[in-house]
Formats: sequence, structure tokens, C-alpha cells
Amino acid sequence: MTNMLVKPAQYDLAGPRDYFALLKPRVMSLVIFTALVGMVLAPGMLHPVLAAVALFSIAVGAGASGALNMWWDADIDAIMSRTSKRPIPAGRVPSAEAAAFGGFLSALSVALLALASNYFAAGLLAFTIFFYVVIYSMWLKRSTPQNIVIGGAAGALPPVVGWAAVAGAAPLEPWVLFAVIFLWTPPHFWALALYKQGDYERAGVPMLPVVEGDRATRRQIFGYSIALALSGVAPYAIGMAGLIYLFVSALLGAMFVWLAWKVLHTDETNHIPARQLFRFSIIYLFAIFATILLERMTGLHG
Amino acid sequence: MDSDIDKKAAPMEGVLLTPEELKQRKQRNLAIALGLLAFIVIVFVVTIVRIGGSVAERSF
Repeated sequence: MTNMLVKPAQYDLAGPRDYFALLKPRVMSLVIFTALVGMVLAPGMLHPVLAAVALFSIAVGAGASGALNMWWDADIDAIMSRTSKRPIPAGRVPSAEAAAFGGFLSALSVALLALASNYFAAGLLAFTIFFYVVIYSMWLKRSTPQNIVIGGAAGALPPVVGWAAVAGAAPLEPWVLFAVIFLWTPPHFWALALYKQGDYERAGVPMLPVVEGDRATRRQIFGYSIALALSGVAPYAIGMAGLIYLFVSALLGAMFVWLAWKVLHTDETNHIPARQLFRFSIIYLFAIFATILLERMTGLHG
Repeated sequence: MDSDIDKKAAPMEGVLLTPEELKQRKQRNLAIALGLLAFIVIVFVVTIVRIGGSVAERSF
């Protein structure tokens, strides 16, 4: 008769791994990397231990906002094939626990960044989390096809936060890095949306291909790609980077525009160029930041 | 459900976890313990690093 005992539905098989998955580790790796670049390029000196803790805080803050996003979007994620296996829609983590986990880590990461660096950087991190969770996830994502354009600001802020952690300020230079990620976000996500359009449509997310159609999206992708390629060489133009960076970024930008051109000249019957562009866009961002980082670390930036 | 059975079950009210759930709970607890420990160490180290110079250079 021991089976008379009451048992809540979700009490629960989640392991540490599922909570780690809530932090969106792949997005986190990009945040860690771009924030690190911001920290290395910034003038001034932060004690190596404090720098490591600051970078860790930024990573945890990004992860926390990812968990809050998964909490808020669990209904959407359950419908879309790409996201249906995330911990909440898969039923492994109760929704309320994800909210508590994300909220707790948000506060913790901001406090830790304030301890390790300064209040300005901590404030920027808090703003980044707020922007991603409240402005993007709660407000824009379900209401406008410009959702990822504006929301992209959250993903673009980490190098500015990293810079601020070291320098205590945010002058023009980190905002150039911000601009690169900001302009990268729309073609990156719209390329994905072109071949995942059905998913977004069923979930009721007003992505650009759903609202404005396939053609308009391809034109917008191409337009943003040109702007991205130009912003890619801007670090050289303002003297943040040297000739090696100029060469690599120009080449990467040209490849990006070329792939976007192929996307522009295909229609919805052919998804291959969009897939190629999506895959390349990830390589592009890593390569741009890796180049500026390596050039600086080897002292070849001139 | 019969009220007689309810009374019999009363002393054992609550949640009975399966072995698998117990194992996962143990792992979650372990992860929380390690996380807390890491947090304590990090705050301690940050404190030492930040006040270190000031302590060494202070005038008596």
C-alpha cells in the first residue's frame, strides 16, 4: 500500500546537467569570447585574478538571462522542433525552478562583477540581462518582426561590459565591437528563419519571413550583410586594429556578402544558401574576434 | 478513495522518491554544495586581491 503516497508530477529527474543546459552554453561561449576581447583591448590593467572573476561573472550573467529566457519562452520552445528538447519543454526542469535559478544567478553575477571590477560594468551587465529578458523575451519577441534586430543589442553588449570591467568606462571603441555583433544578429537569425519559417509560424513568433515574406527577408539579409562587412573593417578605421585585421576582416566580410548574395538570388524552394550563410555567420563572428584578439596579443596591431 | 485507507496511509504521507530520483537529487545537492563552495572561495580571493595592496602599503 506504499503507493498511496502523493507525488507531484514533476518531482523530478533533473540533474546538474539539465541546469547547465538552461544556461545556453553555446551562446555563453560566444559571450565569454567577445567579452574577453573587450577586456584585452581595453586600456588599463585589471589584476589577472579579478579579470578572471569578472569574465566568469559576465558568463554567469549571460547564462542566467538564458535560463530566464527559457523560462519565459517554454511555451514557444515546446512547439518548435529546434528547441523542443530544452529542459523545460522536455519536462526535466519545472518552470518555476528555472525562473528561480535564472533570477538568483542574475543577481549573483551582477554582485560578483561589482566586487571584482566596478559598479559601472556591473550596471551594464544588469542592463544587458534586463534587456534580453524583459525587452527582448517578454516584449519584442512576440510582438514585432524587428524583435531580433533590437534584441540583438543584448547579445552585442558583452564586449562593452568586458571593456568597462577593465577601463571603468565605455568610449567609442567597444561600441564598434558592439556594432559588429549588432549588425551580425539579423542576417544570422533570418538565415535560420528562412528554413525554419514553419516552426516560427506555428509558434506564433512574428519572425520577418513569417510577417514580410521570403523575398523581403532575403533583401534585408543582403542589406545587413553589407552593413556588417563595413562595420567589420571599422576597428581598423578607428585605429583599434592593424593591417592583418583589416585584411582578414575584409576577406571575411566579402565572403559573408557573397553568401548573402547567393541567398538573395534563390527562393524558398532552395534552402542550401541560407543554411550555408547561417553556418558561415557563426564562423565569421568567431574569426573576426579571434583575429583582433590574436593581432593584439602578438603585438602586430601596429 | 475510501477514508479507511486514508487513515492507514496517514503516517506515511509525503513523497516517495524512486531510486533514480534519489540519485538525481543527490547529484543536484552535490552541485549546489560545490557551487556554494566555489562562490565562497571566489569572494574570499577577490577580497584578498583587492585589499592586498592597500594593506601592504598602509601607513601605521
